[in-house]
Amino acid sequence: MLAMLLRRLFLGLVTVWIVSMIIFAGVEMLPGDSCTAFLEREAKGKLLENCREAQGLNRPAAERYFDWATSAARGDLGISANGEKSIAELVGDRLGNSLLLAACSLALGVPLAIFLGVVTGLWRDRPVDLAVSTLAIFAMTIPEFVSATVLILVFSVWLGWLPGIVLTSASAPASEFFPEIILPVLVLTMVMTAHILRMVRSSVIEVMAGDYIQMATLKGVPYWRIVFWHALPNALLPAINVVALTIAWLLGGVVVIEVVFNYPGLGRMMIDAISDRDLPVVQAIALIVATVYVCVNLSADILTMFANPRLRTLHMRRG
Amino acid sequence: MTGPLIDIRNISVGFTGKSSATLPVLRNIDLKVNAGESIGIVGESGSGKSTLALAAMGYLKSGLRLMEGSVAFQGQDMFARTRTELEQIRGGELALIPQNSGQSLTPTLRIGAQLVEALRLHADVPEAQYSAKAIELLGQVRLPDPAAIMTRFPHELSGGQQQRAAIGMALAGEPTALLLDEPTTGLDVTTQAHILELLRDIARDRGMAMVYVSHDLGAIARVCDRVVVMYAGEVVLEGSTRQVLKTPIHPYARGLLASIPRLSDPRLPVALDGRPPAPGGAGQGCSFIDRCALAQDGCRTSRPDLERLPSGEAVRCFHYQEAHQLSLTGSGAIPASLDGASPSALHLDYLAISYRRPGLYDKVLGRDSAGVPTVDGIEITVAKGETLGLVGESGSGKSTILKAIAGLLPPSGGKITVAGGQALAPEVEHRSPDHLRKIQLIFQNPDDSLNPRQTIAQILEQPLKLYFGLTGDALHQRSAEILDRVRLGAHYLDRLPSQLSGGEKQRVAIARAFAAEPDLVLCDEVTSALDVSVQAAVLDLLNDLKATQGTTYVFVSHDLAVVRALSDRVAVLYQGRLCELGPSADVYAMPSHPYTEVLLGAVLEPDPDTAPTLSADDVVELSPPAQGCPFQRRCPRKIGRICDTDTPPWQQGVKDHTIKCHHSIADLAAAQAEGAAGQRA
Ligand SMILES: Nc1ncnc2c1ncn2[C@@H]1O[C@H](COP(=O)(O)OP(=O)(O)O)[C@@H](O)[C@H]1O
Ligand code: SF4
Ligand code: SF4
Ligand SMILES: [Mg+2]
Repeated sequence: MLAMLLRRLFLGLVTVWIVSMIIFAGVEMLPGDSCTAFLEREAKGKLLENCREAQGLNRPAAERYFDWATSAARGDLGISANGEKSIAELVGDRLGNSLLLAACSLALGVPLAIFLGVVTGLWRDRPVDLAVSTLAIFAMTIPEFVSATVLILVFSVWLGWLPGIVLTSASAPASEFFPEIILPVLVLTMVMTAHILRMVRSSVIEVMAGDYIQMATLKGVPYWRIVFWHALPNALLPAINVVALTIAWLLGGVVVIEVVFNYPGLGRMMIDAISDRDLPVVQAIALIVATVYVCVNLSADILTMFANPRLRTLHMRRG
Repeated sequence: MTGPLIDIRNISVGFTGKSSATLPVLRNIDLKVNAGESIGIVGESGSGKSTLALAAMGYLKSGLRLMEGSVAFQGQDMFARTRTELEQIRGGELALIPQNSGQSLTPTLRIGAQLVEALRLHADVPEAQYSAKAIELLGQVRLPDPAAIMTRFPHELSGGQQQRAAIGMALAGEPTALLLDEPTTGLDVTTQAHILELLRDIARDRGMAMVYVSHDLGAIARVCDRVVVMYAGEVVLEGSTRQVLKTPIHPYARGLLASIPRLSDPRLPVALDGRPPAPGGAGQGCSFIDRCALAQDGCRTSRPDLERLPSGEAVRCFHYQEAHQLSLTGSGAIPASLDGASPSALHLDYLAISYRRPGLYDKVLGRDSAGVPTVDGIEITVAKGETLGLVGESGSGKSTILKAIAGLLPPSGGKITVAGGQALAPEVEHRSPDHLRKIQLIFQNPDDSLNPRQTIAQILEQPLKLYFGLTGDALHQRSAEILDRVRLGAHYLDRLPSQLSGGEKQRVAIARAFAAEPDLVLCDEVTSALDVSVQAAVLDLLNDLKATQGTTYVFVSHDLAVVRALSDRVAVLYQGRLCELGPSADVYAMPSHPYTEVLLGAVLEPDPDTAPTLSADDVVELSPPAQGCPFQRRCPRKIGRICDTDTPPWQQGVKDHTIKCHHSIADLAAAQAEGAAGQRA
């Protein structure tokens, strides 16, 4: 069991390492570097050379990768191209904001999705299922910026209940993001709930049709006890991995939402950094997102392993 | 209470089909079960056995509907009771033992928790004693170390242990009637025989009634007093077990019995051609008419009633008095077999196979972790045109050996050579196209091996294009020819596998293998998923192909009678090691190795006058012992230390009959004769 955990952890580290090389190589292959971006039109001759010298850009790529990777591993992500702030500090604020957005959406969306998924699964093809499933399909197919715009229009412009865009600065403490954060959270919750609930619904339907549910019925187990005791622990296992993917998506993939609401999260920072050709920041964010991705998947796998007796005992026997 | 315990009156059950017509699955069934009585329900898959048994609990699978009739348990209508009343009865007075306990036990709950749940719901025991009582129940179903089993999850038990746990759970509510839906299907012969003995004992001790659903007439013969034969949702014959199995008076029952391969009969069983009508597909006449040898014009126009005879039997046939003309055994083909010496087609030279490969860590640490190989020391030569049968319990390495021959699993030791002494590359990727073509593998389940999105034509054309480069008309013509060889018409070419019955799909799988014009065909449980009547047809086809094409087979099955029907020679495996090898006739007539004796002794014949001999426990061994005889832990004739330490030598019998044991064949024969005499006395 322990060996198994260590092995997974090791594989996770290797993945991050490989990804870091790919990120570095990808940025390396782009035309130009942070000096050409910083100096813009003056990027030629002596000036460019001096800048490169100062930033160590004229050293071989392997050497620079090694430096970058080792300092990143120590938590030092370098200095942004315009040379003002440490990237760790810049990114730290943004990461915190993204985490806040993700945490709020998850806290709202996951319980809601599981509840609705179970309800629609148990009352399959009844009115409640048809209504909820139709809404879910809408939520999944309408592009996020459309639903975001509609919500802003309704709650902010017409009703005036909630602020439509975020004006709080990136480094403000979490509490100051309320109530501005509410609309972005609502949009994210809608999309996320729809995806998770569809999955939970089909999993509940599959489990409820299974042999062991029929057996429990014919053993005289009351319906609700069957649902909570025999069906749900099995039906919710696959949800763990879907939730993990959702977390990764919330932390790096919600650029559109962040842009629409002017929310200072990681996604928007990435976009800004790309348009500013601030390559060290792009590299840093890509690395962070990849690490988060690996971490949540790893935790999901470990959690599944603990929750699923089949996997648990399998690995226990193997040692 | 007087009157029957379970009283099913004239029930019809159906579902709404595509055309919104109601299609019947059960038609006008009457069934009475008295207290303490044990009734068998037999029939092909889809005949409605399970639906009938579940209806006795007032339960219908979703989509099914009660169209007419009533089901009473202890005099009360089960379909008129409230949910709470049903919850009381189900698992209490009336308990079910499901077909596949592996899938019927909740995977996330420990065995103990599931048993305690049954006790909490139905037993009259104080809460504090639940776990003691649960342990007692597990002991009663003869599970070793019940306290440890309590903490296990279902997947940590073997199939036989799961079935025992399910029986224990059913006993928790002290039922007066047990419904059993194919409770031993899929279990090894020895395990099956032990479970049936257990059920017999329990039912007798507690005076329980049993409704035993099975397609296996051998099991029915062992446990039931009366038998009901179902066909296409109707009862066609009912009578005492002896009447139904020895002198059945319905043509279908006779056909069914004739299609069962018997240990005692070297001939192939007789296939019952055709297949039953789909629900709603029976015309206004007798539903068996398309397959009946006694059918006359009158049978087409009106449907026979279930006629009750003074003998106690009930039969649904106009011409039952002529049924005795239909033979019950013996008109099947004599298996094709080769005479005289023939060159070797396959030689396994000390083949060893290990599933556990040394891992990265083991290599780094220089550790040899491969351990005891799963299969070891397999030394067999198969002559051209010969059929070698491989038998043994599940986990004995039968499929593993086939996979190694097919190149799907590289051996960890030894060599495989084919005709002309050419060695086969261990991995399939390194084999020449010619070798690939010459060795074909057919699997148990055609659903897994046929691509559901390809038409039969596409499936058959693949090997023809690949190995013979056929195109256009030639290709099409050849596909039709091959299909004809497996007795399917050319109109099947455009169909998809899902539009075929199980037996037809298996024929397509056979056709695909033979399209490559192989020298050697490996058959892995090819008839195990089929009904007996269909199985007989597939055996007949394989035998035919062997006679006409001179193909060599390696034929694997857990069903000893099936192997007997087709094989010239048979090899008995235990834990991946050879125990006995010899001509089928000799091995079956004189099973010498103690394991073969145990195995054959456990086979149930569809004859109420025979009983199995259970001489060894049905414990499941997870891995072979590191040294000595593989059977040492279960052997009823174990000599002593020598069996634990020394690999037994080959002992020669008559002709090519050999066994691997420290006893000689003559000693074993003497010991068997003594045992038989002791039993008679
Ligand atoms: N839920 C269902 N809906 C529709 N048809 C069904 C359902 N369950 C079983 N059937 C049909 O009922 C017939 C009898 O099935 P079953 O009782 O399982 O037979 P058996 O146990 O003899 O194999 C088959 O034709 C099967 O396809
Ligand atoms: S009624 Fe006719 S068709 Fe039906 S089983 Fe009897 S003889 Fe055959
Ligand atoms: S060698 Fe010993 S243990 Fe093995 S089968 Fe013979 S008598 Fe039994
Ligand atoms: Mg069935």
